Amino acid sequence: MTDQNTTGLTTESAVLAGELFGEGVGTQAGPPTTPADSTAVAPGAHSHGGTPTGSPAERFTSTDPDAFGVPTGREETWRFTPMKRIKPLLDGAASDARVTWTTDLPEGVELTRVDAGDPLVKGLPEPVDRLAALTRQNSDGADVVRVAKEAQLDRPVTLGLAGTGGDSAGEMPVVWGQLVVEVGAFAKATVVLDHSGLAKYSGGVTVLVGDGAQVTLVSVQEWAPGAVHGGQYDAVVGRDATFKQVVVTLGGDLVRLVSNVQYAGPGGSAELFGVYFSDETQHQEHRLWVDHAVPNCTSNVLYKGALQGEGARTVWIGDVRIRPAATGTETYELNRNLVLTDGARADSVPNLEIETGEIVGAGHASATGRFDDEQLFYLCSRGIDAETARRLVVRGFFADVVQHIGVDALQDRLMATIDARLGALPALDEQPVEVA
Amino acid sequence: MSVLEIRDLHVSVGEGDDAKEILRGVDLTVRSGETHAIMGPNGSGKSTLAYSIAGHPKYTITGGTVTLDGEDVLEMSVDERARAGLFLAMQYPVEVPGVSVSNFLRTAATAIKGEAPKLRTWVKDVKSEMELLEMNPAFAERNVNEGFSGGEKKRHEILQMRLLKPGIAILDETDSGLDVDALRIVSEGVNRSREEGQVGVLLITHYTRILRYIKPDFVHVFVNGKVVEEGGPELAEKLENEGYAAYVKGSQEVASA
Ligand SMILES: Nc1ncnc2c1ncn2[C@@H]1O[C@H](COP(=O)(O)OP(=O)(O)OP(=O)(O)O)[C@@H](O)[C@H]1O
Ligand SMILES: [Mg+2]
Repeated sequence: MTDQNTTGLTTESAVLAGELFGEGVGTQAGPPTTPADSTAVAPGAHSHGGTPTGSPAERFTSTDPDAFGVPTGREETWRFTPMKRIKPLLDGAASDARVTWTTDLPEGVELTRVDAGDPLVKGLPEPVDRLAALTRQNSDGADVVRVAKEAQLDRPVTLGLAGTGGDSAGEMPVVWGQLVVEVGAFAKATVVLDHSGLAKYSGGVTVLVGDGAQVTLVSVQEWAPGAVHGGQYDAVVGRDATFKQVVVTLGGDLVRLVSNVQYAGPGGSAELFGVYFSDETQHQEHRLWVDHAVPNCTSNVLYKGALQGEGARTVWIGDVRIRPAATGTETYELNRNLVLTDGARADSVPNLEIETGEIVGAGHASATGRFDDEQLFYLCSRGIDAETARRLVVRGFFADVVQHIGVDALQDRLMATIDARLGALPALDEQPVEVA
Repeated sequence: MSVLEIRDLHVSVGEGDDAKEILRGVDLTVRSGETHAIMGPNGSGKSTLAYSIAGHPKYTITGGTVTLDGEDVLEMSVDERARAGLFLAMQYPVEVPGVSVSNFLRTAATAIKGEAPKLRTWVKDVKSEMELLEMNPAFAERNVNEGFSGGEKKRHEILQMRLLKPGIAILDETDSGLDVDALRIVSEGVNRSREEGQVGVLLITHYTRILRYIKPDFVHVFVNGKVVEEGGPELAEKLENEGYAAYVKGSQEVASA
C-alpha cells in the first residue's frame, strides 16, 4: 500500500503557464466564471495569481488553444499522458465527422443546438488545457440538453454516442463535440452518456445544475479497442443543489477525462464517483479538480480502478482547493487501485489545498496494492475456492462504485462487462465446485 | 460424525529472525456432539490456534498434526478445509466491499454443498435464520460486514454457521462485544446447531458469561501457547473466581526455567 500526497501541483502548473506566456498572464486566469452570474468570481481568486502570497496560483484557463502552447509531454498536466497516442487529438484538425447519436429523451427534456456565438456557449467554464480549447473551437457551438425547472423525469436521459470507425477511405478523423446539460432549478434528472464503438473523440461536457436541482451525470466509456477519447467535464453546482457524477471507463485505447466542479452558490453538494479497468496497454487517466470558493458546500470523491496485463496504465489526479471564502466546507477524496498482475502501473496523486481553517472537514486517501489477503481468506474460509473468491472481491470492488449509478439496467450491463473482463464469473447455478 | 484431532501443534508467526513461536505443543480432540471451551488470557494464542486450523496464510506450522476424520487438514487449502466441514467464526470478521451478504451466503452454500441450493428453500432458510438471530432482512442486501456493528458482525458469523452446517465449528470470542440480549440470541443460535446434533464446538472465550448459555462438556485452560489444564464445567467456575493468575505465573516460570 502506498499513500502518495503531492502538494504544490496547482502551483507547478501555474508556474508553467507563467513560463509559457510571460508576466501577467497568470493573473488573468481566474476560476471559470459561471454563466448565471459572470461577475461571481470567487473572493481571493484574482488577488493571489502571480504574487508570492503563499497561496497556490490560479489554474490557467482559456478558450484560445494557442494560449496553452503545444504540449511536449513534460508539462504537469500532460506528463502522465502518452503523447504519441493522443497526438491525433492534439493536432486539432477540424472535421465534420460525427459519432452516431441514439437518444432517449423523457418528457420535460429538450435537445437543441446552439452556435458558437450563443451566450450560453460563451459563458461556459473555460477550457483548462489545449485539447479542451481545441474541442471548444472545433465543435463550433454546442448540443444542449435542457431539463425544465422543477421537472421530475420518469427515467434517465440517455445519449448513446457510438463511434462508426474509419470512413470509406480508412481514415478516422477526430470527432469534436460540446455538450451542455442545463437543468432548471429544483428539477431532478439523471443523464447517461454512453460512449461505444470506434472513434477518435474529444468531447466537452458542461452540466449547469440549477439551484436546488438534483442531477446525476453518468459517463460510460465502453469504447471498442483502438478508440481515443479526451474530454473536459465541468459542473457548475447551484445553490443547495446536488450533483453526482459517475464515470465508468472500461474500453478504448486511451481515455483522458478532466472533471472540474465549481459551486455557483452556497449549500451545494458534489459527489464524484469513478471506476476504471485497464487491461493490457490501455491508458486511462482521470483528473479531477474541485474548487470550493463559496461557503457550506460539500464534495466527496471516490474513484476505484483495477489493472491487469502488461502495460495497463491508470492515472488519477485529485485536486481539491478550499479557498478562504469557502468556510464550512466538507470534503473527502479517496482513490483505490487494485493491481491484479505484474507489468501494470497505477499513479495516484491526491492534492488538497486548504486556505481557511473554518471548515467542517477535509481529507484524502490513496491506496494502490494487490488483493486484500484478509478478504480472500474470509471468503475461502467459507468454502469458496480462491479463484472465485478473487473474482468476487474484484467484482465487489467495482460494484461498490457502480451501485451509485442508480439505474439498474445500466448497472447490470456494466457489471456483466466487468465479469466478462474478469474471465467470466460463472453464474451461481453453473458454478463448478469441487467436492472435497 | 466428525473428529478433529490436534496433536503437539507448534505454530509461529513472522519470518526468519523475526519468527516467534506462538503455539507450543497443543493437544486437543473435538468430536461432533461435544462442546469444548478454551479459556485463556489475552495473547495466549487462542486466535492463533483458531486461524491455524482454518489455514490463515500468516501462520507457519512448525510441528504437529491436525486431522479431521483422519484426513490431514494441514495439507488442505483454506477452502478445502471449509468444504471438509470446518468453520471458523472469527473474532474480527472482515469487511468485503461490494459483495452483498445474500450473494456471499449463496456462493458459500453452493461451494460447501457442491451444488447451488434450491432457490425457494434457500431464501426461506436464510430468512428464518435471520429472524431467529433478530437480524433485519435489510442485511441481506448490505455488503459483507461493511459498516456492521460489532454485535451485528457476530450475528452474521453465526448466521453463516447455521446455514453452512459445519461438522466442527470454532467460535473465536463470539461473545465479545455483545450485550446481554445479543449474547442470548447468538448463544441460542449455537445451541440450535448443537441440538440438531452432529456439530462439535470449540468455543474460545475469556469470560464464563457465555458458558451460562452454552454449557461446555469440557473446559481447557490455555496459557502461553498450550493447554495447561483440562476439566469439566466446574473448571470454568474456578477460573471465574480465581482468574488466570496461578496459571500465568506457573507457565512463565516454566518458560523462563
Ligand atoms: N504477526 C505477528 N507478529 C508478532 N507477533 C504476533 C503476530 N500475530 C500475533 N502475534 C502475537 O501472538 C500472540 C498470540 O496472539 P493471539 O491473537 O493468538 O492471542 P489471543 O489469545 O487470541 O488473544 P486475545 O484474547 O487478545 O484475542 C500475541 O502475543 C500476539 O501479539
Ligand atoms: Mg484472540
